[in-house]
Amino acid sequence: MIKTLGTEDTLENAGLTDEEQQLFSNARPRAYEPYPIKAVEDFANWARANSLWILAFGTGCGAIELRPLMTARFDANRFGVAGRPTPRQSSVFIIGGYASVKTLKRIIRSYEQMQGPKFVIALGICPINGGMYFDSYNTVNRFDQYIPVDLYITGCMPRPEVLVAGIMELQNKIKAGRCDGANRYVENFDWYKANQKKVIKNWDMPDYNW
Amino acid sequence: MNELLERLQRHFDVNNINVLKPGMTTLKIGKDSAEILIRELRDREGYTHLNFITCIDYIEDGIFTLVYMLHNYDSKHTLGVHVDIDREHEEMTSIHTLWAQAWTYQRELREMYGINFPGSPRLDEDFCLEGWDQIPPMRREFDTRVFSEERFGHREGRHSEVPRVHMKMELYPKRGGDEE
Repeated sequence: MIKTLGTEDTLENAGLTDEEQQLFSNARPRAYEPYPIKAVEDFANWARANSLWILAFGTGCGAIELRPLMTARFDANRFGVAGRPTPRQSSVFIIGGYASVKTLKRIIRSYEQMQGPKFVIALGICPINGGMYFDSYNTVNRFDQYIPVDLYITGCMPRPEVLVAGIMELQNKIKAGRCDGANRYVENFDWYKANQKKVIKNWDMPDYNW
Repeated sequence: MNELLERLQRHFDVNNINVLKPGMTTLKIGKDSAEILIRELRDREGYTHLNFITCIDYIEDGIFTLVYMLHNYDSKHTLGVHVDIDREHEEMTSIHTLWAQAWTYQRELREMYGINFPGSPRLDEDFCLEGWDQIPPMRREFDTRVFSEERFGHREGRHSEVPRVHMKMELYPKRGGDEE
């Protein structure tokens, strides 16, 4: 059984039943603390930048652009990019286009299950401002209100070339130590959670999916 | 084809027969005899395949038109059966006994239009919209734009045009978008 913490500084997990409360952790997420020696942190960032493992979760129409990325023509493997089947093994989440409310719930769940350090690329125009679905009843317009985004690639649809350029840009950002999306999520956790619960009405999962 | 329609007209009150193109015909039938007609088409006339069920919202006339699209593999003919139902009492006989896959369509219509199909399995479970708390979104009185602005908000600086107004300005710039 998971150790439940004291009432101060824990999550309510109000969406769970009493029985489920015992099964899920109610601890808050913790921010990533860099190594005290800068050279070590830089080395770690270099290593992270060159082994970007992408979560194979096609969240929208942009997911179709991820397939040619792995083929011989674009060959994302030369950047250390590989597809991974589970959130636990991956470090990059590519939001492939529009996110409907039903998908957003799964995105949050997968994103929180990813182990840090983790990075989010928002692909296409839809996560930025809604794109052609700006007046849809089921598509979120500003994706960064729900999940912190490290890099935007705009276009409808962006071609794999742009995706390769975006991956190189993400590597530069990681090497420079400027990809702090996961820490922003932890620091503004209550704000993100309030935004998420505003659109997801049937919240039946833990507040943080460890 | 004409023989089929003659046979149908002998037994059923079908009207508004409309040949859309070779190989595709639509007809209209009253709500009460629709299920019997569809059963007849499936069992006797060889329309063994259900392409889809969909719905059209004629809010001006106060009706929903349900469209049952059936296909005959032998004659390679597609037949659309249109059924008008009242918008206020949106209820229709379930045909999940004829084709098992029909209950998925009916579940979708229940969620998107609020149409009730008594006896259809898992009808009230969430399908695409989880935790939906408004009127069904494909009904035309539902203003999706207002809802989107309230629920999701808009990013500052986004510029969007109403297509109709924008095209008028493009076509008649000298008259300030005036059609007349």
